[in-house]
Amino acid sequence: MTMEKPGLIESATFSRDVIHEIQRAAETGIYDIRGFGAKRKVPHFDDLLFLGASMSRYPLEGYREKCGTDVTLGTRFAKNPIKLDIPVTIAGMSFGALSANAKEALGRGANMVGTSTTTGDGGMTPEERKTSKTLVYQYLPSRYGMNPDDLRKADAIEVVLGQGAKPGGGGMLLGQKITDRVAQMRNLPKGIDQRSACRHPDWTGPDDLAIKILELREITDWKVPIYIKVGATRTYYDVKLAVKAGADVIVVDGMQGGTAATQDVFIEHVGIPTMAAIPQAVRALQEMDMHRKVQLIVSGGIRSGADVAKAMALGADAVAIGTAALVALGCNHPKWDEEYRKIGSAAGFYDDYHEGKCPAGISTQDTELASRLNPEEAGRRLANYLHVLTMEAQTLARACGKSHLHNLEPEDLVALNVEAAAMAGVPLAGTDWIPGRSGY
Amino acid sequence: MEFDLKTHSVREVNQALHDLPKDQETEVVVNGISGDHNIAVGMDQPAKITLNGHVGYFCAGMNKEAEIVINGNAGQGLAENMMSGKVHVKGNASQSAAATAHGGLLVVDGDAAARCGISMKGVNIVVKGSVGHMSAFMGQSGCLVVCGDAGEALGDSLYEAHLYVKGTVASLGADCIEKEMRPEHVEELSALLKEAGCDDDPHDFTRYGSARQLYTFKVDNASAY
Repeated sequence: MTMEKPGLIESATFSRDVIHEIQRAAETGIYDIRGFGAKRKVPHFDDLLFLGASMSRYPLEGYREKCGTDVTLGTRFAKNPIKLDIPVTIAGMSFGALSANAKEALGRGANMVGTSTTTGDGGMTPEERKTSKTLVYQYLPSRYGMNPDDLRKADAIEVVLGQGAKPGGGGMLLGQKITDRVAQMRNLPKGIDQRSACRHPDWTGPDDLAIKILELREITDWKVPIYIKVGATRTYYDVKLAVKAGADVIVVDGMQGGTAATQDVFIEHVGIPTMAAIPQAVRALQEMDMHRKVQLIVSGGIRSGADVAKAMALGADAVAIGTAALVALGCNHPKWDEEYRKIGSAAGFYDDYHEGKCPAGISTQDTELASRLNPEEAGRRLANYLHVLTMEAQTLARACGKSHLHNLEPEDLVALNVEAAAMAGVPLAGTDWIPGRSGY
Repeated sequence: MEFDLKTHSVREVNQALHDLPKDQETEVVVNGISGDHNIAVGMDQPAKITLNGHVGYFCAGMNKEAEIVINGNAGQGLAENMMSGKVHVKGNASQSAAATAHGGLLVVDGDAAARCGISMKGVNIVVKGSVGHMSAFMGQSGCLVVCGDAGEALGDSLYEAHLYVKGTVASLGADCIEKEMRPEHVEELSALLKEAGCDDDPHDFTRYGSARQLYTFKVDNASAY
């Protein structure tokens, strides 16, 4: 509880942030819309630690003994599974939400390290197809820009049922960002506040989805993998249904996952933390004898190689990054601090992606702002960052005696607190106790 | 070219259709259909395809260029996301017919169920019978012509699609209103009716469209969302 001076006590319930939001709501009559992901503190990978090798385990020599990082996605049904050099992919983000330069930079960075990038709501741009060696095409409820020609150009298809920032909600792209090109791609009037649907228009449940997936396979002649992406909520059941519906790959996006524009109340109050979702997903896959056969990609708050390694130790085959990728491109960079302050924010705090005024030229359609982002330089920064994530994860894996990131396992982890132990299903550090598990 | 789904799988038929030449019009007949799903999806050739029997889900999905006639009823998502060409079902169509379709023409001789033309993005749809509830929901562009009646919440959250109904409308959805039938609309409707083989008088239809009041978020519209 902050005290400005002795005797002045800030309420824990009605903090200054809460008071500000009540007064903002009272003045405008509209809920707060913003980008980014959940900002509240939730149990996360920081609450887990690796048990490095010592007497009872044998470590691998750093820099000398190989620790593999490659991953193959879509081995269940697709004729052409995706082979990536690293298990860190770029999550779906739309042209519209992001500038064309930002999309190009994501493709360039992903190419340099041998991983995939993903389209978003609004369809595939020729630029991103040209600059992305491996491109996943999102199939979303809105079907904005949905084109069978682009579908056939994709290396994989991701059927999006939801995302971690807003499970159960559709996207929005406010009028400031609906330029002529965005309007043309989405077949909408210029300048309107665009509302994306939250449900697919032509199927309503898992049995229908199974037929929908067969349709997509028929259209693409069974060549490319089909992912199903869900926001993390009832993950155990959703993953089981996704397997039954015929997914090659399942993407689980935790509540820390980002968005370009959603109600703040949605971002902060719907969904479960990424760390809590992974064991549910893995348990569902294991019970169906599909773990490692249907690959699991996890996203939502991945920031470091430690996060990558922990997600994989819990059972993920790969991870996806969105917010961190934008930060690597230059989002929230201190060099733009003065300009962030002019629009009521500051470097390190900026989340008004929906306004289209991004000083870094990333979450904008303003041509002058967008021109500030050099796609080649930004792509190089992203590639550097992806290399660091991979090398950090390898460092931790070698310390645990693993010759491949996929050999990491829950037994390599302990939790720092009871909540994390219960959610991740690993023992509380210094004990053999996993809350909720019988026999412990 | 002729297939029978009693002896060929849907996969074999679709692969054969996808392998048709793109520079010539081929006639194809598929018999023995018994509610099979995903027939003739992803066409990208100017073929003339006749489907004899009732088809299941997503028949003619994402069609480009092909002309597909269904001698029977059609299941859910008929001609979903069609880009061009023509799909003609001689019977009834289940829900979400021509969902999100960007172009081409869908003709339904019978009735179409709920959400006909949901999120339509440029397709033209002519239903000689009636349509179910929430038809043209979030319709962005193109035309929905209903020679019979329309169910509840027609055109809910409509963008710029044009709706023409000859019979009664159970209710209009949010931001959908009746609009004046000007000469250009009569001309547009006449052409669609003619193309669909209807002899209805366009002057007997009422036009509906977007009031454009929900295009931007406004406090005053809170009750409509």
